[in-house]
Amino acid sequence: MTAELIRGQNHPLPETRLEIRVSAGQPIVAGATLNDEQGHMRSAEWIAHPASPQLPGLEVSRQAAANHRLAVDLDAMPEAVHRVNVLLALPTGAGGPSGFGSVAAPFVAVTGLDGTEVVSYTITDLDTESAVVALELYRRQGAWKVRAVGQGYAGGLAAMLSDQGLPQAGQLAATINEAVAAGMARAVAPAPVTPEGERARAAAGEAAPARPGPATSVTGSAVPGQSGGRINYQHPRRPGPGASAMPAGGATPPPAPSAPPPPGAEGSAPPPPGEAGSGRPVAGDATGWTMEERLYNQVWGMFEDLARTTAAYRSAVDFADSRQERELDRVLSDPQTRIGPAADAARAEARQKHAALVEQARAAFDRDVAQLSAESEVVEPALPWAFARWDNPVWQAYRAPDEVPMAVRLGDLGLPEHTSLRIPMLVRMPLQRGLWIDYGRGSVDSAVADPDELRRLAGETATAIAARLLAAHPVDEFNVSIIDPAGAAAPSLAPLLESGVLSEPPAAGSGGVSTLLARLTQRVDLVQMAVRSGAADALPPGLDTSDQLLIVHDFPHGFDDRSVTQLRYLADEGPSVGVVLMMVADREDARAFGPVLDPLWRSLLRLTPVPSDHLADPWVGHAWTYEPPLPPRGSGVIGQVLHQVAAARRAAGR
Amino acid sequence: MSKGQAISLQKSDGGTLTAVRMGLGWQAAARRGLFGSRTREIDLDASAVLFADKQAVDVVFFQHLVSNDGSVRHTGDNLVGGVGQGGDDEAILVDLQRVPVHVDQILFTVNSFTGQTFAEVQNAFCRLVDETNGQELARYTLTGGGPYTAQIMAKVHRQGNGWQMTALGAPANGRTFQDLLPALVPHL
Repeated sequence: MTAELIRGQNHPLPETRLEIRVSAGQPIVAGATLNDEQGHMRSAEWIAHPASPQLPGLEVSRQAAANHRLAVDLDAMPEAVHRVNVLLALPTGAGGPSGFGSVAAPFVAVTGLDGTEVVSYTITDLDTESAVVALELYRRQGAWKVRAVGQGYAGGLAAMLSDQGLPQAGQLAATINEAVAAGMARAVAPAPVTPEGERARAAAGEAAPARPGPATSVTGSAVPGQSGGRINYQHPRRPGPGASAMPAGGATPPPAPSAPPPPGAEGSAPPPPGEAGSGRPVAGDATGWTMEERLYNQVWGMFEDLARTTAAYRSAVDFADSRQERELDRVLSDPQTRIGPAADAARAEARQKHAALVEQARAAFDRDVAQLSAESEVVEPALPWAFARWDNPVWQAYRAPDEVPMAVRLGDLGLPEHTSLRIPMLVRMPLQRGLWIDYGRGSVDSAVADPDELRRLAGETATAIAARLLAAHPVDEFNVSIIDPAGAAAPSLAPLLESGVLSEPPAAGSGGVSTLLARLTQRVDLVQMAVRSGAADALPPGLDTSDQLLIVHDFPHGFDDRSVTQLRYLADEGPSVGVVLMMVADREDARAFGPVLDPLWRSLLRLTPVPSDHLADPWVGHAWTYEPPLPPRGSGVIGQVLHQVAAARRAAGR
Repeated sequence: MSKGQAISLQKSDGGTLTAVRMGLGWQAAARRGLFGSRTREIDLDASAVLFADKQAVDVVFFQHLVSNDGSVRHTGDNLVGGVGQGGDDEAILVDLQRVPVHVDQILFTVNSFTGQTFAEVQNAFCRLVDETNGQELARYTLTGGGPYTAQIMAKVHRQGNGWQMTALGAPANGRTFQDLLPALVPHL
């Protein structure tokens, strides 16, 4: 629960990795200085500011902006650092306000990585001060605490820095102001001040965490016919066309702020907003400690935005339909007016009202979709291979990774209103549930009527996903086992077999099935026991503890009751100890088992070899059309990637 | 502001409001008696109901924190109040520009989930804040309320190209917004 601090109040910090959010009514500079035990800055290097935004465990924005998010990792601070001051300053020389007294009170909040607010503080009672120490994070008996400071300096940054014992304060302050002025010149359009509304809490589990404030400001491209800002085409929590809503004759339009580049620990920061193409969406424009995490969050943000804007559109159209129906009914139910010119007029009016509302809704929706499409166009090419489509050139440079990526793309998701816009379906690693590639003729309504063709596509989908999972794991940490009792899936398994990534051939016949299942069951059982008793070193030597993917083709061919029971055990208990099941099956084939298998099917994530709308988003619950991650026809990319995996394994001596 | 008073949500400089926050704050009333300092926890809940032409189309409350279209967001349930000691304990944020085109009214309500009447609530207020600059547009005091468990606070509705707010302040009874729906109708 948030503690609202008042000046001078302090509060313990529960974690050391934090985010500090700043919002103000207009662009301001945010920075941080480090102090030793005596409260002195030891050198001019002990400051993060727009010209030099990075320190170990700390990064600030390169620009002045109305909203800032500073990422802080207190564990990464040098030993000598006993205090981190978060400072805010008004940009100088831009004709803006000269003191904090003439602008809205800045608001700062310290949040955890999941967006939960720890403390917040509104800095009031400032007057002519143009720089202020907002918060200090300080060590007290080995733990970090935060204090609301609110100490302003009428002499600006120079006065503040010399107060912290820095001799070259004036020079440094000048450097900072210069950098800020340069940054403001690059930006072209004012970014709207973002409401606190974006303090969206992350939806449970894998949903994307809150996204950053108004990022890249946008050129006035488009937004035609916008009057009075009634419809804002800007996406709620993302940059977009329609900086809008700034009163044309307004008092003090903020001078061209632009967004802070998202804080991050790794290099490859996105290009500073405002540069080339100013205002286009930027890949990696989300919170996160690494580019990968930022892109992951961005994709989830796009997913949520598309779900919500579609919900708004559908609900408006439904309403228009039902209102029209009501109005037409009313005309009909009155015998006096049922026929005649009055009735015609009433009908025409009802239709016109309907058309007008739908048109309005469509306009808002189209604008949002156009923006998301533009974002998708920059995000897709920037994705790392684990998130990318097979046709992305990034796969050509694939090498076996040193660690598992945070997520893997299992396909695409889309909605019927705009089939061209597809959202990557990113699933967190390690997989929490098994997969089921369903080629049931009854359950997939598609143009592919031929059951054999469906089956073949299902096999290819399974192989494509298995290849992605293999590619995502470092050598030695992942194994794929296959059950193919009658050898029927051999053609689609070819890439896996030929590349030599399998440590043993697919299990065939009922003997092969029961041996393999018995081995995996034993492995799950032993690892579970070891984990429960905390005795990981007591596992028998020779037990393969790497993660496992078990692909089951042709179920339930070759399965007896005992193997089915083992399979259910694996589906239930496997994921928690790294054994994941992938069933390539038609539920109908197993109907002889009756309802006992229902829990098994339900526990698996159902995917289809052809597009099918059966997946729901976590926010609104639309039915999304899933498309399997199949490579372009004739592409050998899966084979290439698997050869890389196999080569890496051989090199590692397996 | 007082009951029934309407204010247009235009900024003084002529711009339209883009985002507003309905904030709710309260403290439990001190109990008289032997343990005079003991307070009883009170759980007030703020809800927002979105209407299109007098039909409720969506609602934002503690079990559905974000309207489907994403324009109305609840900051989360507060079960005891009094945390901010003057700040908002619960807040509902409305991005007026993203409200779906067919939604023309949004009603804000407060319910006492634990069943205490407003007579037992201390320092309760509800306010409407311009989210872009933190300016308070309207404030309402619930303190010394009567023997009822809910209040229909205010509504924001479309007016021309912008939005207008009307203070309602009508008492009602109910545990959650569902109980209030019939009572809302006269205010649409």
